[in-house]
Amino acid sequence: MPASPADRRYLETHEWHKPEAGLVAIGISRFAVDELTDITFLDVKKKSGAIKAGESFGEIESVKATSELYCGIDGTIEAVNQAALDNPAIINEDPYEKGWLIKIKPTNPAQVEKLLTADAYGK
Amino acid sequence: MLRTSFYQFHVDHGAKFVDFNGWEMPILYRSIHEEHHQVRNVGGLFDVSHMGRFKITGRHARRFIERVVTRRISDMKELSCRYALVCNEQGGTLDDIIVYRFADHWLLVVNAGNRLKLLEHFQKAKGDLVVTIDDQTTSTAMVALQGPKVMEHIGRFSKEVPTLKRYTFCIKNVLILKMVISRTGYTGEDGVEVILPAAMASMAIKLLIKEKSDDPAGAVLRPAGLGARDTLRTEAGMPLYGHELDETIDPISAGLSWAVSLDKDQDENGEKFIGQEALKKIAAEGPKVKLIGLKLDGKRTARPGMPVLIGDRTVGKVTSGCLSPTLGYPIAMAYVEASAAGDTTIDLGGQRAAAQVVPLPFYKRAK
Repeated sequence: MPASPADRRYLETHEWHKPEAGLVAIGISRFAVDELTDITFLDVKKKSGAIKAGESFGEIESVKATSELYCGIDGTIEAVNQAALDNPAIINEDPYEKGWLIKIKPTNPAQVEKLLTADAYGK
Repeated sequence: MLRTSFYQFHVDHGAKFVDFNGWEMPILYRSIHEEHHQVRNVGGLFDVSHMGRFKITGRHARRFIERVVTRRISDMKELSCRYALVCNEQGGTLDDIIVYRFADHWLLVVNAGNRLKLLEHFQKAKGDLVVTIDDQTTSTAMVALQGPKVMEHIGRFSKEVPTLKRYTFCIKNVLILKMVISRTGYTGEDGVEVILPAAMASMAIKLLIKEKSDDPAGAVLRPAGLGARDTLRTEAGMPLYGHELDETIDPISAGLSWAVSLDKDQDENGEKFIGQEALKKIAAEGPKVKLIGLKLDGKRTARPGMPVLIGDRTVGKVTSGCLSPTLGYPIAMAYVEASAAGDTTIDLGGQRAAAQVVPLPFYKRAK
C-alpha cells in the first residue's frame, strides 16, 4: 500500500478525514483510488444537513467498479467539492488535496481522533 | 499464476497487475483513459500472449477445423485470417476465435479463459481424423499494436507490413527472429497483431517499440493494459467472451450470423460443423433475443447484469458498459427480447437511467 499522509485519520473503507480550520475534509485514499482505477463519476447524494458516523453520503464510480462513500464522524455537511463533481478525474490526480469530496462541521471534534491513524490504516 | 514473456517489460513500465483467467496481466500502466486515448489517437502496445495459440497440422487439418468452427474456412487463401465461432451441439458458443491459414498448417487463436476447455473439446471432436493439435501458447508470445499511427511506425522496418489487407498476414524474418504479423485487432483501430517465439520476446519488443526520439511521452507506441483494451473493444461493439458470448448464447442471437456458414456441408468435400443443426433451427425460427447498443443519459456506468426495462417491464440485461472515453457518454451492450422496440431504461441499482437504442459499433474509425 502506498504511504498515507499522517496529518489525517482513516476508515477501513478508505475514506480519509482531515481536520482543517474547524471543519473536517473527507476524501478517499491513494490506495482506494489506485484500486478503483480511473474515476468516471462522483455522486454526493447528501449535499447539506446532518450526517452520522457510518452513514453513506454518496457513490463513486470507476471504469472497474461502483462504491459507496462513508462518513466516519457526526456533524453537518458544510461544503461539497464542485470541481470533483464536475471532473472526477481530479480525484485520481490528487486524492489528498484537490480531490477532497465533502467538508463537515463536526459535532464533537475529538471524534476524528478515534478513527484509524495512517499507520493503522496502512496495515 | 502464469506470466507472459513480457512480464519484466510490464514491471519496468509501472504496470498494475490483475489476475486474468489465471494470467498475471497488466490492467493499466498509467491510466485506463490515457491509454485508451493513446490508442485512438496515436498507438498502443498490448501484450496478448495470454491468448491461446494452437497449431493444427495433419492430413485432415482442414476438415477438422471445418468441423469445429461455424464459418467456412476451406476457401481461405494462404496467409489470411478469419473470425469464427466454436459451438457445442446445442449451438451455444464455446469460444470466438481467429483462424490463420499458413501454406502447410493452420493456427487458431483462442481466448485465454477457454484454452483448456477447447483443447478437451477438440480432442473429442477430432474422432478418427488425422490431426495434431499443438498448444503453442507458452512457447510463443503475442502483442497487438493498435492505433492510427501504427502502420506508419511499422513501415520504418518493413515495407511489406503496411501493404497488408485487413485479415491477412505475412511472415517476417528479422535476423533470427521470425514473426507472424497480421492486420487484425480488437480495438476498432488500424494495426497489427504479432506472434513470435517466446524466447525472442524481450528482444522483439525493443525492436517494435523503438522510437525516433527518446521522449516516452511522444512515443508512437506506449504500453496499454487490459482496462483500455476493454473500453476500446466496447466502443467498437466487439463481443467479449463471458459477456456477450457464452455457452448459453448462440452466434445468431449475438448478431454474428455473418460468421456462421449454415450450408458448408453442401460444399464438395464439405464438412458439417458441430452445432450446425441447432443453429439452422434458431436461424429458421428466429432468435429469441438480440444484442443491442445503448447510449445512456447522465454519466453513470451500466454494469453487466443490470436489468434493461421498457416501461416497468424487464426485457433484458446489460452485458458490457463503460463511460466511453472517446464519445464522452456512457455506452452499454445488452441482450433484450427479440421483439423489444423503442428506448429503454437501465436499473443502475436504485437509480434508473434512460437509454436510447443506437447502432453498433458505437465508434468507427475514420478511413
